Amino acid sequence: MNFDIQQVAKLSRLTLAPEEAAKLSKDLGAILDYVKNLEKLDTKNVEPTSHVLNLENVTRPDEVKKSAARDKVLKHAPASDGFFFKVPKTVSRA
Amino acid sequence: MSDLHLLTLKEAIEQAKKGGAADLVTALKNRAQKLNPSVNAFIGLENTSPIGAAASGALAGVPIAVKDNICVEGQETTCASKILKGHVPPYDAHVIQKLKNVGASIYGRCNMDEFAFGSSCETSTYGPSKNPWNLNCVPGGSSGGSAAAVAADMAYAALGSDTGGSIRQPAALCGLVGLKPTYGRVSRNGLIAFGSSFDQIGPITKTVEDSAILLNVLAGHDAMDSTSANVPVPDYTKNLNASIKGLKIGLPKEFFPKDSAGGMDKDVEKSVREAVEVLKGLGAEIKEISLPHVQYSVEVYYIVAVAEASSNLGRFDGVRYGARAAAKDLNEVYFASRSAGFGQEAKRRILLGTFVLSAGYYEAYYLKGQKVRTLIRNDFDNAFKEVDVILSPTSPCAAFKIGEKSSDPLAMYLSDIYTIPANLAGIPALSVPCGFTAAGLPIGLQLMGRAFEEETILRMAHQYEQKTLFFKQKPKL
Repeated sequence: MNFDIQQVAKLSRLTLAPEEAAKLSKDLGAILDYVKNLEKLDTKNVEPTSHVLNLENVTRPDEVKKSAARDKVLKHAPASDGFFFKVPKTVSRA
Repeated sequence: MSDLHLLTLKEAIEQAKKGGAADLVTALKNRAQKLNPSVNAFIGLENTSPIGAAASGALAGVPIAVKDNICVEGQETTCASKILKGHVPPYDAHVIQKLKNVGASIYGRCNMDEFAFGSSCETSTYGPSKNPWNLNCVPGGSSGGSAAAVAADMAYAALGSDTGGSIRQPAALCGLVGLKPTYGRVSRNGLIAFGSSFDQIGPITKTVEDSAILLNVLAGHDAMDSTSANVPVPDYTKNLNASIKGLKIGLPKEFFPKDSAGGMDKDVEKSVREAVEVLKGLGAEIKEISLPHVQYSVEVYYIVAVAEASSNLGRFDGVRYGARAAAKDLNEVYFASRSAGFGQEAKRRILLGTFVLSAGYYEAYYLKGQKVRTLIRNDFDNAFKEVDVILSPTSPCAAFKIGEKSSDPLAMYLSDIYTIPANLAGIPALSVPCGFTAAGLPIGLQLMGRAFEEETILRMAHQYEQKTLFFKQKPKL
């Protein structure tokens, strides 16, 4: 199985060192070859399973409830400012 | 009494109701002080005390250990990963609330494979847990710390989570009882997600009765988990001694080929076949069945579960929780935090999951995997028309040496060959001790039941356990 490990890494938001990329590329190749076994099965008329309970549209009333979650969450955030998570700038001037 | 750490959960509750739980907590702490440096079952020894009226609840202050991927409010929860170092959840998982409501003290944070990715507990950023039966061996995984803690009598019982065998396989390798409930039986709210259509929380205990006692507390509908099942919860301890005469047990011919041991080690095959005879003696009927697509379980799992995992782990990007790497812009924060924070196995599964979901490959891999999952579910539906319980080994081999399989991911994945099918089908399954190898390592027997029929497998396992009494043997520590 041939694939571009650096492209998959980019989609995954991971930076791989060259030796890491080589090892992971080999591992993934072996696993993808192994799962090829499934090609033997005819699944043309089979519905996919995304979930085993067959639940549909589980909803609950949209009620306002008290919660201290915001303060607790922000307390342990890597960086915050007031009510917000703080991050470095997202766009740079060209 | 100096042997308080040896009690079963049931005995510990009785003891606590008579004399309070403080001595029990002290006994476990002393035990952990002595053994945890060599076993490495616990990442932390934090404990909560029951508040107010809860203290007189069903668990009476008895300590329960918890895997490090189940959120406890105000207490660091890391999934044994560097990327969640310093993460303090703002709420209790539903199961933690339930335990606290009946007076349990939450005691000890159990080591695990990073994000539950593994079958050996070797991928933890805190180093591997050791198997109390042989410290050179793995305790299994991913709930390896939970199993090692209970097997070493450093905990009376522990919570684990099971996505492809992560409760049952370590229970088997450590000589314990591990139960994965039906998907939806126990709320996943507050369990840090790996494979959302597979994950279930369940107990790892010394006896089957202990497992039933804890399931009574854990099971039930939760409005905060939209995949939680609204199905009545029976008293799982009530019918443990009801006769199993006439119950039909299926032996899948794919797991038990006529002329060979199949994929299992000789010692495992021998113990499992002896277990079949014991169950026959207890009145169960044995029947050969077929699960024609079960041989494709590992393939399906390593497509569908890693796809779900790669998606679930997208949230770990250094913005809202855990560790953030220094970077000059936001995009770099994502890359740098994730690359520094995830270990090798986590990266492997994120990459694999991202690949099978990516444009051009989605249909050939992910959709194909979901379709074969349907075929495997149908196999179980058909089999359960003929039998009440399906029997297999829990693991093809007993505990292996630390390092033995860690360099070959595929070999490691294949150690879940008997446990994965129950997660694909969403059915309940448990592991109960069924003997020892020539080298003195525990072997586990797996019983799988119909959805929401935990009672049946618990009843059968309990009577098998009381007949064989393997649980009375203890590791020499």
